[in-house]
Formats: sequence, C-alpha cells, structure tokens
Amino acid sequence: MKSLPITIDSVSKAYGSYVALDDVSLDIQAGEFLTLLGPSGSGKTTLLMALAGFVRPDSGKLLLGDRDITRLAPNKRDIGIVFQNYALFPHMNVLANVAYPLALRKTPRAEARQRALATLARVKLDGLAERNVAALSGGQRQRVALARAIVFEPRVMLMDEPLSALDKNLRETMQYEIRRLHDDLGITTIYVTHDQREALIMSDRIAVMNSGRIQQIDTPQRIYDRPSTRFVAEFMGEANIVAPGSVRRIDGAEASGETLMIRAESFHLDAKLAGADAVALEGTLRAKAFRGENWLLTLALDGGQEVLVCIPAALAGGCAELAAGQRMTAYAPAAKVHAIPGATA
Amino acid sequence: MLEAYPQNRLARIVLWSFAALVMAFLMLPTLVVVPLSFSASNLLEFPPHAYSLRWYENFFGSATWMAALRTSLILGTLTALIAVPFALLACISMNRLGGKTAASIQSILLTPSVTPGILLAIGLFFVLAAQRLVGTLFGVLVGHVVLAVPVACIVLLPALARFDWNQVQAARSLGADWARAIGGIIVPQLRLSLLSATLMAFLTSLDESVISIFVASGRNSTMPKLMFVSLRDQIDPTIAAISTLWTAIVVVVVVIVALRQKS
Repeated sequence: MKSLPITIDSVSKAYGSYVALDDVSLDIQAGEFLTLLGPSGSGKTTLLMALAGFVRPDSGKLLLGDRDITRLAPNKRDIGIVFQNYALFPHMNVLANVAYPLALRKTPRAEARQRALATLARVKLDGLAERNVAALSGGQRQRVALARAIVFEPRVMLMDEPLSALDKNLRETMQYEIRRLHDDLGITTIYVTHDQREALIMSDRIAVMNSGRIQQIDTPQRIYDRPSTRFVAEFMGEANIVAPGSVRRIDGAEASGETLMIRAESFHLDAKLAGADAVALEGTLRAKAFRGENWLLTLALDGGQEVLVCIPAALAGGCAELAAGQRMTAYAPAAKVHAIPGATA
Repeated sequence: MLEAYPQNRLARIVLWSFAALVMAFLMLPTLVVVPLSFSASNLLEFPPHAYSLRWYENFFGSATWMAALRTSLILGTLTALIAVPFALLACISMNRLGGKTAASIQSILLTPSVTPGILLAIGLFFVLAAQRLVGTLFGVLVGHVVLAVPVACIVLLPALARFDWNQVQAARSLGADWARAIGGIIVPQLRLSLLSATLMAFLTSLDESVISIFVASGRNSTMPKLMFVSLRDQIDPTIAAISTLWTAIVVVVVVIVALRQKS
C-alpha cells in the first residue's frame, strides 16, 4: 500500500467571529502516525474534517502528495476515516459494511467479499461477518469501523477520537492494536484525541493544538520533557512552572534567568538521588495524598507558590510519616529542569 | 396515560368510557353514511327500509365518476411522487443548515398547511390563469404538491433529526457521491417515514376539494370536486356509496402506515 505525505499550508477557518483554525501549517510524512492533541474547541477536529473534505477552509491549501485537495469532494479523496461514534450502517450486516467502499468502486462481488473477509480477519473479527451491527459490542463496532476504513487501501487514514467511547482496559488494548495496524500497513495516519497519555503511547509525532493554533509539534518525548509553551507543559502532565528565583542549584552554580518547568515526578526527596547538579526547592508541606503507585505532595514555596511533588511509592519510604506544616526540600536533576522562554510563573 | 391508573378500577372505567365517547363523537358522522349507501331507496334515509348494492353499481357504471376516480388516483400518485423527494431534499438541507436559516425555510415550506385553503385556491387560480393552465391536470397537480410538501416535511423532519449524519460523512469518505449517500444510506434507513410521507401526500391530494373546485374542470375533475357538485345538483345515495368507498380507502392506507410503523 502506497501512502502519501500531507501538507497543510496556512489553513484558516472561522465560524462567524469564532476562529476554529488560525493559520495552521503542518507537514506530515508518508507513513507517519501523527496525533492532533488538544482540549475540546482547540480546532483539532476541524482540521481533521478539513482534511476529510467536510469543512472547507476559508484560506490556505491542503496537499495530498503533491495534489491540491483543498476543494476536492470527500468521495474523491481516498481517505479512510474512523469516526468517534463509528458511524456504522445499521441497515447492513458487518460484511456489507466492510464491503461497502469496495461495492462503490465496482469491485467484483466475489473479490469484494474475499477482501472484506480478509480485512475482518486482520482486525480479529473472523466469524462475525454475517452478524447484525446492532448485535456487536462497542469494541467490535470499533473494529468494524477500522476494517471499513482500511479495506479499500486508502493512502491516508484519519481517526477522530476513535477510542473515547470504550472503557479503559479496552481502550489500552485498542491503542496498541491500532498502532500495530498502522505499522503493518504503513499508512499515513492522523489521529485526534484529547487524551495526552493516548497521544504519548501511540504517536510518532504529536501536534498540540489550542485556540485554533498548533502550539508545538514534536516527538512524544520532546513534547513531554521539552514543552515550548506553558500550555503544552501543563496539558501534557503535572507540570510545575516556577520562577528562576524560587530554585537553588545545590552545587552553587548560577541559575538561568528564565521561567522553569519541572514535572512533578522529576523530584526526589533524597538529594543523593538527584545528582550533584540538582536544583532544590524549599518549602512547607501543605498536603499529601497516596495514589497507589505514588505519593503526591503539595509543597508551598516560601514565595507562596504551590509545587506538586510526585514520589514513586517504591522510593517513598518516609512519605507516610510526613506531616502537613513540616519544612522540607525537593530536589530535581538538572536534566529534568526545562526553561520555557517567555513564560511567567 | 392509561398506565397512570393501574390500581384504581373506577378511574379506569371512567377514562375508558370517556375515550370511547370521544371516539364515537369523532367517528359516527362518518360511519352513518355506510348504511345509507346500502339503501334500496332513491332518497337518503336513515335507517334504510331495504338494502341493495344499486348505488355502488350506479357509481361503477358511471363514466363521469370513473373518470373522476381515475383523475384522483393519478393526481394522488403524481403528487406523492413529486412532493416526497422534494420534501426529503428540503428536509436534508434544513437539517444540515440548522439555526435561523433552516427555521425560515421551514416556515416558508409549511405556510401552505396553515393558509386557508380558499386563499391558496384563489391565488393559484390567478397564477394558473395567467399561464393558461386552469382546467389542466398539471394545474391541479401544482396545487396538490404545494399542499403535500408541508405534510411530507412534518413526517420527515423529525425522522432526519434522529438520523446520525456521521453515517453520510462516512459513506462520502468511503467513496459515495451525494446521490449514492442519499439513496444507499439515508433512504433505506428512513424507509418507514418515507412510506408514511408518501401515503400522507397521496391522501392529501385524494382528500383535497377546494383547489380542485377552483382549478379542475371537465375531464380533469377530481372525486371530491364531483362529490361537491353532485351534492348540489342531485342528491341520491350514490354519494353515500362513494363516501363509504373513499373512507374505506383512507382507512386501509392509514392502517398500512400504522402497521408498518409498529413492525
């Protein structure tokens, strides 16, 4: 299957005074798994629907390979889409749903049937071909939707929060399965989600969106460890944004003058574990909570700012004995302290 | 409503009796023509002294009545065939547009159903007269389609509101153009509502008298028009026989719709 790169070039879309997409540009490589991540209303679904052909951009261009598809009808784009609610056809059985795109392409009946069955096997739905769609579980519907979107060998696949209706365990299984399917097919995939963990687990690259703009586009690790804006830092996990004056290098070196981001789980209570070039934050323990795999401590710095400190349960021998109001110091390795230029604490 | 009184026997009896009374009040005037139609007498008399099928013979033997029946059935069929596809497309666009635009289109489309029939008929008469179409089947058809579209819309709009539009987008992304998405995805799933809309549109045309009186003439007279005319000119029980048949047709159609919706 030949997959194609996608170019999104300065695309904007407004609904009245509401700007859904604000001059968005993005290059997606052939065969890449890219996730559009953001809160609701950030423009990620609008961008996906523009690629699908259901939203016409006010300005800008969309290229599939080197072909301009900005104004191409959705049925001529050859893009497989998995919708949030699956959008299966209830008046057709599983096989007819999966064979539908083949029937539209006038594939001979026998061949269409055989390809649909092979695709159903690929998503582990063998034996359910004659089943009524209404008789399927949520996870099975999800797989039918996947099979229907890939059976006609599209060059690009778009997925709009496809797992949001599934329960947690099934969601995690499907995350790995969708990613494996992508790797097997090598198909360019754009995946929309508001779940940052899902984005981290599945993606080659993540584009974090907010207010119709792409805030940052990078690998999951860099997005998590090296966020370029305060929004990205806080959206991706428990982030502490602290003023440079609140931290002290334990080796006495001069701290940088920029606002710093330290993730809650980067801290140690034992200075030795944090290394010689660690930074230290001193304050008063305000609250503590046991969360199973870790403890979450809320530390009030002397300036009044609160900092979240997350200590893995395995390393948190003394946490149970800590009492609110007690003075304490948290240490973070220098490598885990990230400067965000232009942000304020 | 009835489930609200599962324990109270008296309340149930009162409620059922009241419901039966209302039904009788609504239906008796219609049903009274049935015995009249089987009368052997030349006069409309109730109850009839003797029974016969002569008025039915009279109806089926009359070239005028048969022509009117044919006209009405053709008109009803054409009205349904034109009004329902039109209403479906209109409802799809209203469903997609939403907001104020859809609301204004809807109020324009539904206007004929709340305008007094006589005003519509007079207006239509002048429009058709200007086009030299008074007295033609086409002229009556235009009037009936105008009346049937709101009826079909009232049936189809709520059905489309319940329809999951993502299915159409899915079909489009899988390679279906508009026609195939509507024909292959929307129509099969709305088939019951479309059947209801078709029968309702058919009945609207079949029952319509005011426009027919103004616009239809001669060979193109419809059944209701001829019934009015014959009531004025010569009252005999033929009209009762026709009314009975007409009521039977309508009942059959309504029962079909009701049964299809149930299953």
